[in-house]
Amino acid sequence: MLHVLAEPWSEPIMRRAFAEVVLLGIAGGALGCWVIFYRLSYSAESLAHSLLPGLVAAALLGLPLLLGGAVGIVVAAIAIAVAARTPTIGRDTAVAVVVTALLGLGVLLALSPAVPAGLAELLFGDVLGVSDADLLFAALLVVAVVAALAIMHGRLLVVGFDRTSARGLGVAPAAVDAALLVLVALAVLVAVQGLGNLLVVAVLIAPAATARLLTHRMGAMLVAAAAIAIVAAIAGLYLSYYAGTAAGASIAGMLVAAYLVAAGVRALLPSRARSATA
Amino acid sequence: MHDSGLVSVPSSLVSAEGLAAGYGTGIVLRDVSFAARAGERVAVLGPNGGGKTTLFRVLTGELTPAAGAVQRPARCGVVPQTERSRLDFPVSALDVATMGAISRLPWWRRPGRRERAQALEALHAVGLGAHAHATFGDLSGGQRQRVLVARGLVQDAPVMLLDEPFTGLDSVSAERLEGLLVRLADKGRALLVATHDVDQARRWDRVLCLNGRQIAYGPPDETLSLEVLEATYGADLVTVHHDHPHEQDDR
Repeated sequence: MLHVLAEPWSEPIMRRAFAEVVLLGIAGGALGCWVIFYRLSYSAESLAHSLLPGLVAAALLGLPLLLGGAVGIVVAAIAIAVAARTPTIGRDTAVAVVVTALLGLGVLLALSPAVPAGLAELLFGDVLGVSDADLLFAALLVVAVVAALAIMHGRLLVVGFDRTSARGLGVAPAAVDAALLVLVALAVLVAVQGLGNLLVVAVLIAPAATARLLTHRMGAMLVAAAAIAIVAAIAGLYLSYYAGTAAGASIAGMLVAAYLVAAGVRALLPSRARSATA
Repeated sequence: MHDSGLVSVPSSLVSAEGLAAGYGTGIVLRDVSFAARAGERVAVLGPNGGGKTTLFRVLTGELTPAAGAVQRPARCGVVPQTERSRLDFPVSALDVATMGAISRLPWWRRPGRRERAQALEALHAVGLGAHAHATFGDLSGGQRQRVLVARGLVQDAPVMLLDEPFTGLDSVSAERLEGLLVRLADKGRALLVATHDVDQARRWDRVLCLNGRQIAYGPPDETLSLEVLEATYGADLVTVHHDHPHEQDDR
């Protein structure tokens, strides 16, 4: 049994993947709690999808993917801001229009003959192929996210609890929203290198949604979400190693499985015990 | 804190003179002049859309007056309607009360042990010390409202603005909350309480009647005439008299 557990980590590729998913699990799990309570899940997914043209353009031009993704996110944010100002188009519709347009553009660019091989890596990530730079950026992301969430904790609670009264308590909701969105954009930008354009949102949403089912305090939820993200991601790496499945998809699958198990356990609990965890 | 063109009323904690306010270019409240001193409870009466919330937003500094002058402290304690709070949010009563300390802290500091001790003290003051660790959403409507009052206390402001705190409360909870507000005023705070309950307003120190403009301001026995109530509530006013004086109800 021990051999089965230890064998995958004898390979350097797996050890690097392990480090990457632990780092992304900490950042994504903790940040995801605020994403779901601020109802930003759709925005997070939209950001991930809309940076695809930037990633493909960077691949075409031989530039770092991180740079391409960053430009892609900025372009998407500007496009959404402009579209949202169009009369008779609501914000949701504006986001949907811009994101589908950018995703389509990204796929169109990716299908051009000049694009180097590796579209699948952009879409689904390659956690087994993370570089030293990827690990460094993931570590920096953890530092930034943990520090920012620690500093902003009280203000995030105030705005999330009752946005309309936040100003009366000395907190500017727009500033808190903007700071949170910047953190989400950074997390997406860094995590997309390992988990891919289509799966990155899983590490933000699924662990937090699972932790929400099991805890009833924000502090505990933040810790639980990070732990769930790490455990599920490692389980995904095991699955990938032994079943030969794609690592990113295996991790996303395990994250969703964790949610389903938690939801099932919660449904089976007597209502009294359930309310204690709500 | 003094806003433009301050008109100071001696010993008042909060006052306005010829105040007008609104959103964009539209003025929704005008000609408001009042002054509340320490220990005074002021009932702010008016129909929905009459300008009560707009007045409170000016007094918190959220809205800039379009005309007139306002004198207010650097910060006001704010007690919103409990319906605005998210009941699914994973916070305890103590967490919510602690939020009141945020406005006193620099941006890089989060509330610590000292602020939580102040919040616990405030919860004891509103009779909820034993429920400090209960989840906010699990509390009754009256308890939630008192938690929000505790949060206002933690703001440590000389003026408290309460936005329809009695809405949705049963009579026992409402009575308990009213007693709490009396004690808070006795400790030297000025309280402005938005309410629809005219009968309750009669028991307070002063009444400010609003309906897009100030209709009247003064002691309830001099202010709450039928003419004033008709001007405040218009066609919505229905007067019901009961035999028992304590059950008299004017709405």
